[in-house]
Amino acid sequence: MKIILSNSSDKPIYEQIVEQIRSQILYGELSEGTQLPSIRKLAQELRISVITTKRAYEELEREKLIETVAGKGSFVASQNKELMREKKLAEIENKLSEAIKDSKLLNMTLDDLIEILRFLYEEDKHE
Amino acid sequence: MNNILEVQNINKSYKDFSLKNVSFELKEGYIMGFIGPNGAGKTTVIKLIMNLIKKDSGSIKVFGKDHIKNEKEIKDRIGFVYDDNCYYEEFKLYEIKRIIAPFYSKWNDDLFNKYIRQFELPLDKKLKKLSKGMKMKFSIAMALSHDPDLIIMDEPTAGLDPVFRAELLELLLELMQNENKSIFFSSHITSDLDKIADYITFIYDGEILFSRTKDEISESYGIVKGANELLNEEIKKSFIHCTQSPYGFEALTMDIPKIRQEFGDSVIIERPSLQDIMVHMHMARRQAGNE
Repeated sequence: MKIILSNSSDKPIYEQIVEQIRSQILYGELSEGTQLPSIRKLAQELRISVITTKRAYEELEREKLIETVAGKGSFVASQNKELMREKKLAEIENKLSEAIKDSKLLNMTLDDLIEILRFLYEEDKHE
Repeated sequence: MNNILEVQNINKSYKDFSLKNVSFELKEGYIMGFIGPNGAGKTTVIKLIMNLIKKDSGSIKVFGKDHIKNEKEIKDRIGFVYDDNCYYEEFKLYEIKRIIAPFYSKWNDDLFNKYIRQFELPLDKKLKKLSKGMKMKFSIAMALSHDPDLIIMDEPTAGLDPVFRAELLELLLELMQNENKSIFFSSHITSDLDKIADYITFIYDGEILFSRTKDEISESYGIVKGANELLNEEIKKSFIHCTQSPYGFEALTMDIPKIRQEFGDSVIIERPSLQDIMVHMHMARRQAGNE
């Protein structure tokens, strides 16, 4: 598991943790059944408050990405394939929305944007 | 969850200073940072908790019990670090240990020796021969060697170099792996220790301005920066305090949504550090006092 926290980001720390663990689960870097460190261990290692790590785990539990078994710890939950695809799609949509927002600030048209997207997509294929 | 420390409506008056209805609580398993400028009342509150001075009114409970009626039992479970040395300076370290240890039912010599080795403390030296940092290390070793459930520290990092501050931080984080331990510490510089605090209680001029989780604090306050032209009387009302230079303004707000709505992307909104909040609140109070 990799977690890199930025103090200068305007995203709250717990959100940074949630995002990074979420994406590692969705992209299979953390596989089903993997045990996560306890909230106290994680707080110790990241040198942050226990409340922050607790909140991050609660959010991941709400999203059904991890499961906590009392007395045993937290584990990466088994993921429904269909649901995984949906979550990944949602992530892609989010990222594209951000790109759209930025492109509007530069007064770019939809066609301009599609052009860039096509270029990048094709380029990736050649690699 | 149990409250390990419960301070309710404490009042204490001196000639030129008073604590006014001080209340806060700390839950078992968490760390609270008690911050405020010099002279705000931090040490007075800690001395009241430790029953070193008498309160005028209010109640204090430690481990759910009245701190005076059950003083002996409570203190057996507290590790207390004073802001300056409280031991007799002419004694050698091992002599001090020999005097203090029997007072604690759970004193653990192995634990003590572990800390002595870890902090590289010379047991056969007189306390007065030690540097300020070494004295603090010794106080901490003494405070932790009876495996306390609640650790109370008054300005533990004042005058310590960053290396030892980091060391102390590691040590406390290690202790907190046990979820029955709690820590309450005061500091006037918002230091590295604040990073690991779960709760922050801010005292100013004898009053508690807030006592909340650190996440709530960093999410509800924002530092707004932008051009001077944007300012008007109306918008200043949503600022707690605002400073201006010829090049722009910087303000503390608790109303981030309103600022976003009003200014959109024409201002920068940053997460404030505790120090930012402390300084802006101090200046706001001082300004209010002058008007």
